[in-house]
Amino acid sequence: MMAIVRKEFRRFFTDRRMVLSVLLLPGLMIYLIYSFIGSAATDFLTTNEDYVPVIYAVNLPDSVAELSSQADVEIQPAEADQAAEIKTQIAEKSADLLAIFPEGFDKQVSLAMAGNTQDYTPPRVELYYNSTKIESNSMYALLQTELNDYRDASFTLFTVNPGEQSYDLVTEESATSFMLASLLPMLLMLFLFTGSMSVAPESIVGEKERGTIATLLVTPMRRWELALGKIVSISCIALLSGLSSFIGIMLSLPKLIGIEGPSTQLSNTAATMYAPVDYLMLLAVVFSTVLLFVGLISIISAYAKTVKEANTLVTPLMIVVMLVGVTVMFSQSATTNLMLYLIPAYNSVQVIVGILSFSYQPLFVAITVLTNVLAAGICVFILTRMFNSEKVMFSR
Amino acid sequence: MREILRAESLSKTFKLSTKQQRIEHTKQRVRTAVDQLSFSAYEGEIFGLLGPNGAGKTTTLRMLATLIKPDAGDALIDGYSIRSQPEVVRSRIAFLTSELKLEDFFTPDYLFDFFSNLHAVDPIVARQRKQRLFERFGIDEFAQVKVGDLSSGMKQKASLVISLVHDPAIIIFDEPTNGLDVITAKVVTDFLSELRDQGKTIILSTHIFSLVEKLCDRIGVIINGQMIVCDSLVNVAQDQSLEDRFFELYLKATKDSRSGDAA
Ligand SMILES: Nc1ncnc2c1ncn2[C@@H]1O[C@H](COP(=O)(O)OP(=O)(O)OP(=O)(O)O)[C@@H](O)[C@H]1O
Ligand SMILES: [Mg+2]
Repeated sequence: MMAIVRKEFRRFFTDRRMVLSVLLLPGLMIYLIYSFIGSAATDFLTTNEDYVPVIYAVNLPDSVAELSSQADVEIQPAEADQAAEIKTQIAEKSADLLAIFPEGFDKQVSLAMAGNTQDYTPPRVELYYNSTKIESNSMYALLQTELNDYRDASFTLFTVNPGEQSYDLVTEESATSFMLASLLPMLLMLFLFTGSMSVAPESIVGEKERGTIATLLVTPMRRWELALGKIVSISCIALLSGLSSFIGIMLSLPKLIGIEGPSTQLSNTAATMYAPVDYLMLLAVVFSTVLLFVGLISIISAYAKTVKEANTLVTPLMIVVMLVGVTVMFSQSATTNLMLYLIPAYNSVQVIVGILSFSYQPLFVAITVLTNVLAAGICVFILTRMFNSEKVMFSR
Repeated sequence: MREILRAESLSKTFKLSTKQQRIEHTKQRVRTAVDQLSFSAYEGEIFGLLGPNGAGKTTTLRMLATLIKPDAGDALIDGYSIRSQPEVVRSRIAFLTSELKLEDFFTPDYLFDFFSNLHAVDPIVARQRKQRLFERFGIDEFAQVKVGDLSSGMKQKASLVISLVHDPAIIIFDEPTNGLDVITAKVVTDFLSELRDQGKTIILSTHIFSLVEKLCDRIGVIINGQMIVCDSLVNVAQDQSLEDRFFELYLKATKDSRSGDAA
């Protein structure tokens, strides 16, 4: 059996094209694609750093000029008769914001603050902007917030969250783990499956198609050794392939979710927040899952007549696996129903969620690994039977 | 002489696919490829299965080599049943046919080691054997070239050598000279005689009379899956040329089966 494993490894690792296409390419492609999506999205939502937005203000009150002086904006006083022209510019996206204050805005406000409200008519401030221009939009938001704050400060009934500090008390770890737990199980399952799919059919139907498996079948090697050797070696390679995709996604993750806030240390956080035991558990679960996937794909491959047919036949299985992965995407914690851990593949996703969200039970992990290995063992048994069957091995 | 192989009423039928039925214009659902075939081969002889295309030669050899199972009957190789002890049988035979290929990606050198390993041959013995056989067949020159880059003659030489990694007592060879030029063919046939002189038993199949006349000690003539005669070369040929005798047998056999069908 070890001879088979060694041969498969040699076949794979000394073939530069295979290593490239199965190990490097998936990771690289995923990294590039997701980084591209991430940075494109970020580009879309952030402005050019050198750009200084301009606010045109009619009857600019001193108080507001002072407020806005901290921000990186230029405030240009404008005359009332220029308003129409500036509005056209805003519509054409060549200007950002036009603020029209009534005359004597500050005086009105100070009157009100002094409690002199009899003759008081609340001044009307108009902010013209263009919602499809990012800078315009953000200037609008900025000025609106400032004016609201100013108003609140002038006349305080109560305040909500007035301080500078962040009021969201979520820790970076749990925010990260929450995100990982919802996203990663699905991606992991998908990558492991596609990893298995890129190796198993080639190694099983490929050999059948080329007539090289018959040469193995006339040696005294036991069929189960052949089946087990194939599944173990393919699984190792599939695991590496899945890992490659996985590293790709982890590296591009900061860019991908950079949109949602400054969590660029995400991958660092992710790397340090799990203990070695967590990683070991994860690896055990992942490897048992790969064994199962490879076992299933190998059986389908042995049944198929050509590599192409095998790939077609495997596709429905891939969809099922993806659906299983999706089931946990929106649930935030792993199930505690023991029976559910007896369902191969589904249990893997559950346990992975558990591990990633720090809420796993070692018993469930053990049951999961055991069930998957057992299921893979059944696959080895079936594959052995198939290797023994001339109808399967010599079908044309 | 020790009987080293005994086939007892070996039978094999194949289900024909509807496509196959259409191509061959037949309504039959099953094809009897081998029909109650019995024969014996003795240690240290070359036994030839002679028969026209589609007679069932390859099918018989595949059953003997345990690649496929007979529907009925059995064969004992060195006393071991191909049905119940296929692993033991496999460790005692070499099987060579165009159906068995070597992986294109590997070199003859690596494959020799790999198959030695599968046959659990002692590494030192394997190394000596490799050296001897590679030299004998001139494989040294391309021992490090990937099988995919070899010519078909070179591939056949490599296959032959690699099938002998475990120094089997019985060599089952389907159409030994098929696709080989006269020089390579002679290398192969000379080698087969040499193996016989070493006491090995060789079962081969062919439809080439000259090969049979040159090489075989005993032959079995198969027509339509049935053994027509099985005897020493001289006894089969009687005082005709083998070719003439074969036609005589062939006409008789096909006439018999036709009248048999009619009855
Ligand atoms: N896998 C198969 N499925 C269906 N029919 C088959 C199969 N293999 C062989 N046969 C049929 O069995 C019969 C015997 O075939 P076999 O290959 O044994 O002949 P052969 O004597 O080796 O002929 P040749 O000299 O052409 O190689 C043929 O009629 C063939 O069509
Ligand atoms: Mg044939």
